[in-house]
Amino acid sequence: MKPTDTSKPDYFHKVVDCQWACPAHTDVPEYIRMIAQGRYTDAYMVNRESNVFPAILGRVCDRPCEPACRRVRVDEKPVAICRLKRVASDLAGDYKDRLPKIPKKKNGKKIACIGCGCASLTVANDLMPLGYEVTIFEKLDMTGGLMRTNIPRFRLPPEIIDQEVNDIVDMGVDLKLNSEVESLKALLDSGEFDAVFVGTGAPLGKNLEMPGRYDTEEIFVGIQWLESVAFDHVDSIGEKVVIIGGGNTAMDCCRTSLRLGGKEVRVVARKPRNLLKASDWELDDALEEKIDLILNHSPEEYVIEDGKLVGVRFSQVEWHKDEKDGRLKSKTTGEVVIPCDSCILAIGQENSFPFIERDIGLEFGEWDMPVVDKTTFMSTREGVFFGGDAAWGPENIIWAVEHGHQAAISMHNYCQAKSMTDRPAFGMNLVSTKMGIHEWQYSNDFDPVGRRLMPHVSLKERFKNLDIEVELGFSAEQADEEVERCLNCDIQTVFFAKLCIECDACIDVCPVNCLTIAENGPEEELRQRLNTPALNMEQDIYVSEDLPQTKRVMLKDENVCVHCGLCAERCPTGAWDMQKFSLKIPYAGDGA
Amino acid sequence: MTYIRKPKVEYAGQRKNELGLNLRDYEGGLSTLCAGCGHDSITAAIVQAFFELNIPPYRAAKLSGIGCSSKTPAYFLSPSHGFNAVHGRMPAIATGASAVNPLLHYIGVSGDGDSLSIGLGQFAHAIRRNLNVVYIIENNGVYGLTKGQFSASADIGSKAKKGEENRQAPIDPVILALGMGASFVARGFSGDKGQLVPLLKAALGHKGFALLDIVSPCVTFNDHEGSTKSYAYTRENFQEATHMDFVPPAQTITVEQKSGEVVSVRLHDGSHILLRKVAEEYDPKDRGDAISYLQHHHEQGEVVTGLLYMDVSAKDMNAVMNLAETPLSQVAWKDLSPGSKILDEIFEANR
Repeated sequence: MKPTDTSKPDYFHKVVDCQWACPAHTDVPEYIRMIAQGRYTDAYMVNRESNVFPAILGRVCDRPCEPACRRVRVDEKPVAICRLKRVASDLAGDYKDRLPKIPKKKNGKKIACIGCGCASLTVANDLMPLGYEVTIFEKLDMTGGLMRTNIPRFRLPPEIIDQEVNDIVDMGVDLKLNSEVESLKALLDSGEFDAVFVGTGAPLGKNLEMPGRYDTEEIFVGIQWLESVAFDHVDSIGEKVVIIGGGNTAMDCCRTSLRLGGKEVRVVARKPRNLLKASDWELDDALEEKIDLILNHSPEEYVIEDGKLVGVRFSQVEWHKDEKDGRLKSKTTGEVVIPCDSCILAIGQENSFPFIERDIGLEFGEWDMPVVDKTTFMSTREGVFFGGDAAWGPENIIWAVEHGHQAAISMHNYCQAKSMTDRPAFGMNLVSTKMGIHEWQYSNDFDPVGRRLMPHVSLKERFKNLDIEVELGFSAEQADEEVERCLNCDIQTVFFAKLCIECDACIDVCPVNCLTIAENGPEEELRQRLNTPALNMEQDIYVSEDLPQTKRVMLKDENVCVHCGLCAERCPTGAWDMQKFSLKIPYAGDGA
Repeated sequence: MTYIRKPKVEYAGQRKNELGLNLRDYEGGLSTLCAGCGHDSITAAIVQAFFELNIPPYRAAKLSGIGCSSKTPAYFLSPSHGFNAVHGRMPAIATGASAVNPLLHYIGVSGDGDSLSIGLGQFAHAIRRNLNVVYIIENNGVYGLTKGQFSASADIGSKAKKGEENRQAPIDPVILALGMGASFVARGFSGDKGQLVPLLKAALGHKGFALLDIVSPCVTFNDHEGSTKSYAYTRENFQEATHMDFVPPAQTITVEQKSGEVVSVRLHDGSHILLRKVAEEYDPKDRGDAISYLQHHHEQGEVVTGLLYMDVSAKDMNAVMNLAETPLSQVAWKDLSPGSKILDEIFEANR
């Protein structure tokens, strides 16, 4: 193997599993350390730089960081990263004077954003400080887009949305509520804007056409129904509710039903549990509220009697892998009618672009989706950019934020007549954390404590009102224990081969046996030869230059290193050092 | 030395031995030796050897005297027996322990000061008696604990940290042991576990006195240019006389291992060692040749390593003296103390 090239940020970035998994590359270990030090406002600002909405995401993020967390590979449960993000926002002091400064003198360029959701708001957040004048058009009379209409208030209180949206709107965004853009052509033709961003999300719930669909008023499309609840247009539901679907929308629908009068609420899904799209924690929260989860049932018919919905008929199915193409195939084993008064469809959501004329040079492709460049986020019509769910279909908030950042980079370059394909590069900084003989700037002792459980409002209390937020958040004391579980993966083990005297001290002291000095060889064979064979192929092997005395190499399997720094403490020559890695993420206006 | 304890981390893929123990179960306390000390590597090699031989830690007794080396038994095999003797007197304790309980694995850890200066007499008699012990000399050529004076194993011309040269001739424990009739003599290097771990395993399988002289650089007082016991010097002048593979009792020797210049030796516990000559003229079965080879190469500044001599036919102390095979702790009280009448009879018989 060749010596590992650590001059580019990618190698060390990948070691920070959470940051690597986060679409917006949030510097998780850094903000967790700040929480540990009681620097909540600083922790909030570190979050805000990359993910823009820490208070919102601290509650409802899809958290791709958590399954990636190194702690999963060490003791199964990840650090409660998302919950700690909420701690940063719950306990942050006044940060208004630390928000980006908006220049009085504008740069003369105007930007239109369609839809006031997280993608558009991120574009505004990135471009306002550069002197752009940003206008956001929103068809509803509220900001926040799907964050407000689709996520129930007991998971995400409206005040939280207001707070973080207003931070951006208060930068001087021209916010036009109740202003649906009915024609993109007209908007473009007006010549008022130098670039347009479409951040209209995926606002349509999928319908399920089956016999009886239009014979009753008691069948609702989940996304639209949640929106009606959010607007207080709907405040009740039948006692027996069937929700069809197995994703996070189904979870929100069933829990909302419980708060609007549902007594027997059942979520019925076609797939087995391991194939449900719902995040584990959302499913767990629904089950805690005694939702009846019925698996392997495929819907066939709405059962209507005397014009009234009385149930839904399902086929019971078994799943097996097809021998030919390896796909999952179902086999019907029976059928059942599940009685209900109301039925909510939560089987997916779709995009909708009724305002985009098809003759303005903006090409549509498969699934009637606009053709959007994966790098530049620009459509085939110059100056029209897409991001969030509107770009490539439903994702989640943190992806929409990252789309917003990337689209803002392109829009800035477009407006300044610079190349959009030459993206500004990631940078990095590495600084030693050594303070004294055995002292480091981070808490390096491994803490075997288990993950803290999030305290919830009691089952008795929480259903009284739709507005009662179920999760209470960690107290400072609870957070104090959880932060110690973080393994500080950003404090990198950096090796200087020319200083090594091959005394084996680091190898002997490593608590997870991840170091080896050996003859170099091809990667596959070398992985087997390590002191502990490196079988997790997703994790890299750190290979040093040839060692001075024997020309062997130092090898480190990154897989379960707990970053305790003992290798560096034991090293008599300082060949190992623990260095803080900071990723420099480029935003609009950075770089070339 | 480190400040935080080596944390216990359970992680997927951790190796377990036949007893269901993992490597960490064979460790001891936190080392307070200097960072980079060769002794810590030897400790790790002992941990690895016991782990791989599937010896329950409580079946071992670790014995030592005084010095940096003699601190190390605290750092391995926590759940074992142990005795930290006065300076240079570890062999006396080992002799007594071995006499009353021949079933334990005795591992004596000593240094060049403890064995070659104050304890030389005891060391010599342990060899003479062919005491059943693995006798490790962690040899660094200096008195590290008293800040770096030359020890009795320092070579002529070797330089101290501040530059003065040693002018007195060294005692080479390997040649001494060969001359005294030791039945198992080997030299290793703390920086080469690939060689050291099999040597330790073979020594544990040998019934009798097994000397392991291990060059173990003192990273603080004797790892500079001009030292002949530094990491760099040892690596540069490292000369493997024989290469040894260890084959545990239950494992058969493969055809590939049988081929060529390989000699197989069966140890007392049923395991085998496979010896391959690296140096053409070397014969690990000829004591006289071994001594002259070692002396010749030492003069050239070479550090000759490997299993240098062994004799599996020699009887150990317990066999020679016809001592009880049952540990005294397992002998019934009435047999141990048959009463004053029997004592009187013994006295009478010797009158």
